[in-house]
Amino acid sequence: MFLITCPFCGEREQSEFKAGGEAHIIRPKQPTELSDDEWAEYLFMRKNIKGVQLERWNHANGCRKWFNAVRDTNNDEIKAIYKMGEKPPSI
Amino acid sequence: MLKNLRVKTSKFIDETTNVSFKFNGKTYYGFKGDTLASALLSNDVHLVGRSFKYHRPRGIMTAGSEEPNAIVQTNDNSAFTEPNVRATEIEIYDGLEASSQNCWPNVDFDIGGINNFLSPLLPAGFYYKTFMWPASFWEKYEYVIRHSAGLGKSPTEPDPDIYDHRYIHCDVLVIGAGITGIMAAKTAAKNNLKTLLLDEKTELGGSTIYQNSDFIKINDQSTSTWLENEITELEKLDNLEIKTRTSVAAYHGYNYLLARENLTDHLSKDDAKNKVRQRLLKIRAKKVIVATGSLERPMVFNNNDRPGIMLSSAIKKYADYYGVATGQKNIFFTNNDTAYESAISLSNKGIKVEAIVDIRENSNSEFTKEAENLGIKIYKNHTVVDTHGYKKLNKISIMELSKDGQSFTNSNKTILDCDCLGMAGGWTPAVHLFTQSGGKLKFRDQDQVFIPNKYPSDQISIGSCNGDFELDEIIKNTSKSLREFLNINQTDFDNLDTKCPKDKIVRNIWLLPSDEVIGKTKPFVDYQNDATANDIKLALREGFRSIEHVKRYTTTGMGTDQGKLGNMHALGIIADTTGIKVGELGTTTFRPPYTPLTFGTMVGRNVGEYFDAFRRTPMNDWHIENKAEFENVGQWKRAWYYPKNDETMHDAVQRESKAARDGAGILDASTLGKIDIQGTDASEFLNRVYTNAWSKLAIGKCRYGLMLNEDGMVYDDGVTTRLDENHYIMTTTTGGAANVLSKLEDYLQTEWPELDVYLSSVTDHYATASVCGPNSKKILNKIIPDLDLSDENFPHMSFKNAKIDNIKCRVMRISFTGEHTYEINVQANFGKSLWEMCMEAGEEFKITPYGTETMHLLRAEKGFIIVGQDTDGTMTPIDLQMDWIVSKKKYDFIGKRSLYRSDTMKEDRKQLVGLITDNPSEVLEEGAQIVANTNATPVEMLGHVTSSYYSPNLNKSIALAVVRGGKNMMGQKLIIAMENKNINVTIVDPVFFDKENVRLNA
Ligand SMILES: [Zn+2]
Repeated sequence: MFLITCPFCGEREQSEFKAGGEAHIIRPKQPTELSDDEWAEYLFMRKNIKGVQLERWNHANGCRKWFNAVRDTNNDEIKAIYKMGEKPPSI
Repeated sequence: MLKNLRVKTSKFIDETTNVSFKFNGKTYYGFKGDTLASALLSNDVHLVGRSFKYHRPRGIMTAGSEEPNAIVQTNDNSAFTEPNVRATEIEIYDGLEASSQNCWPNVDFDIGGINNFLSPLLPAGFYYKTFMWPASFWEKYEYVIRHSAGLGKSPTEPDPDIYDHRYIHCDVLVIGAGITGIMAAKTAAKNNLKTLLLDEKTELGGSTIYQNSDFIKINDQSTSTWLENEITELEKLDNLEIKTRTSVAAYHGYNYLLARENLTDHLSKDDAKNKVRQRLLKIRAKKVIVATGSLERPMVFNNNDRPGIMLSSAIKKYADYYGVATGQKNIFFTNNDTAYESAISLSNKGIKVEAIVDIRENSNSEFTKEAENLGIKIYKNHTVVDTHGYKKLNKISIMELSKDGQSFTNSNKTILDCDCLGMAGGWTPAVHLFTQSGGKLKFRDQDQVFIPNKYPSDQISIGSCNGDFELDEIIKNTSKSLREFLNINQTDFDNLDTKCPKDKIVRNIWLLPSDEVIGKTKPFVDYQNDATANDIKLALREGFRSIEHVKRYTTTGMGTDQGKLGNMHALGIIADTTGIKVGELGTTTFRPPYTPLTFGTMVGRNVGEYFDAFRRTPMNDWHIENKAEFENVGQWKRAWYYPKNDETMHDAVQRESKAARDGAGILDASTLGKIDIQGTDASEFLNRVYTNAWSKLAIGKCRYGLMLNEDGMVYDDGVTTRLDENHYIMTTTTGGAANVLSKLEDYLQTEWPELDVYLSSVTDHYATASVCGPNSKKILNKIIPDLDLSDENFPHMSFKNAKIDNIKCRVMRISFTGEHTYEINVQANFGKSLWEMCMEAGEEFKITPYGTETMHLLRAEKGFIIVGQDTDGTMTPIDLQMDWIVSKKKYDFIGKRSLYRSDTMKEDRKQLVGLITDNPSEVLEEGAQIVANTNATPVEMLGHVTSSYYSPNLNKSIALAVVRGGKNMMGQKLIIAMENKNINVTIVDPVFFDKENVRLNA
């Protein structure tokens, strides 16, 4: 179980958090204008790479805030944490 | 006659305290401090079990947790019984009972032993190959196989013991309290680091604590004396917590480790009573020092498994630590110097060592010379080719090895008498925890060992688990590692004078040759699973290449010991056979737990009523007083029905359902999720999350809403009320409350941060009594006389603030039953008073409390869905025939686009319909499959029944179902295919009762 540093509460155990999948997938502003394929791309397609990926996390059993994390899926090392709306740090 | 095999008094054994125990029904005696293994050996009992596949007699091989053979069942025939416990780890106590596994009728005469003679017929993969054909026979074979196989018996009663969990946070965790672990713990604690030292054994000090060799010294002291002093010093230190009998089970990322602390298994039942048996330690360590030592390797040769064949280090430990001679005529069989150390130690205690068979051509250390001086015959360049004695070793045959080690120089065979053979095949670093943590290994060719290469977290391995086997290098490398790892200038061990004149020559032959034809030999690699070198070679001949595949096909390393002894030999034999180097084959993955954990330890206190948290409504006591039966809905305990006298559930539900429509009913609706929504964009927010339009909902009005996932599937539903311009209260399903809040938060925080909206869960803040039926208005009028209940002032789907005796309440006129209904919400702590007030006011109208089952029945009569019962995450609102709730005008809402995907628009999706049975008294089973034609092969499944009841208000059976293309099948006949009969049904509109909603406004 990893330790995650919530940007609002500090370092807590993973059991307090909920993973929210790949980050920076923006909900289309005009879904009705999209083709089935384009909508499916937003709805279903996620990378889930082996390596450094940007993820959403929610401090579900804490402050309930969502934030982003940079995690290396090889060893679960969380390299950086940044708030929603912020640009990912260069790593 | 019972031999006394105790050779000397040992300070680790309390010879003044006799302990009586039973093994296989027979009473034996040992001393306090003995393990079951040492006590049995002191009684000359070697035969302790039968092997898994061939049922060969097996004895005690080791003196530790790596034991593959001596696994026993403790406390037979009681709730305390435990299978697969290693006799080498059980500390005996008065009253201990243990028995052999894998044998029937008993260990001395085991019918399954015939498998040994059939063994040429039982090669690797035998079960897969033979019994899988013809497939239909498998069930018959399986019965016989399962009966003769099996590893112990599971207890059949709940575990009466107490278990516990504890979190520990420390600066430094040291795993293993051998010589290097002691050095590490002392250094860390002396440098003001909060340190935790764990060891699976009873005593600190590992194998050094009983090492008294004239040749191995630290500062001119014997190593045990030196270490004893160190331990005395160590125990005085602050900052240090020491736990023995504690085995680290798992090493996860982020230096998070799980360990099992054994607290009472060494105590008698009386002493252990009411105490915590085992504790799971959940450890967060800033730094971890792994000092887990190494495991001695056996040698792989023909018939290397007879009782009496042991590891050389185990023989030494039984003699030096337990004071037990494991044999009267001992022979050691070795490829390195350690067996000489054992042999010398035994000789000095007066235990006869006949010979040492050494596969090396040369060794000239002080140890070999001393062994010769002691009169031990040494056979250099020889190997054991066979062993003899069925239930106990009595002879071995040896031959002279050829230069390449694969055959013999001549055909001369020497037979040597012996009753105990000590194998010393070199050492395997215990890297299990290191690899569990994600560490990568490297292979060291010179002595054929895998050692830690890359650390995945802030940790180091020291001592023999890091490949340092001899005292001088252990001391030197450990003190250096500690200085670097703990970032300190010096340790107490930087200038020790060590003496350890061992010869480091090792001759490694993974599979020793035999003069027998291959196929007739039994060179065991994995003792516990009865896998031989021949099985591994067969697997390779049959085309298996990956170590992972060979492992599974031969079951090598797949026992409860995870192949701690034999895995390296398996790799070596594969390497020799395929010509690929061991280092390039890679190892198999070690998985937690290092040694088996009990289920009790894993669950700790979370058993019975503590398995999960319960939530109870403020009216709960009333429900209990009135004999309600309860059902679990999520974590909630909800009143299910209220049986009167001897009513069955069916009778109670029929009565309650009738009463609610005929007079008045009352339901505890407190468990529904409630989310308080405030902010200037609250209306816009609801527009986006529900399928229907919300902007025009007037203050004081209520509206039903359906919430979808982005994939268009129904996620939750409920009524939301506009309390004020920018203030709503949303209700959700009981089970969905937490997920809905989290989903809404997600959209608010991540997709629409521009919206001014705030969400709060207020489920627990309110208690809700729902009063329904033709008399509900009269009842409410008695409770709140000054509230105008006329349809003009307070119509269906509206809300009023009111007061009951100065207590504020919110009253919603909304209905889930189709009856005229008021939902009264008060602050939670007034819930029970509110309920009692309603009961009192309703008495003259025969108000009837009803539970969730009646609620379900009443809503089914009206065709109202229950999300999660009539839907399963694959139903769109269109599938539910709820097109009316999907706004065509709104530009967007969650899931809208998905309703126009080609898949969701298919006509033949499963759709919600009503079903009535031809026989009106026949009630369908929920989940039953629906078909049209039972003669087709295969029968096409059209759908299934989702809700089914006998309706007392319609006097017939009704059901809801999902049926492929059901929307266009009104009036069609279908069949519910049950095990013994077919039930004829007709598809109908899902609204069975009061289609015109007359009663809502009655
Ligand atoms: Zn937080």
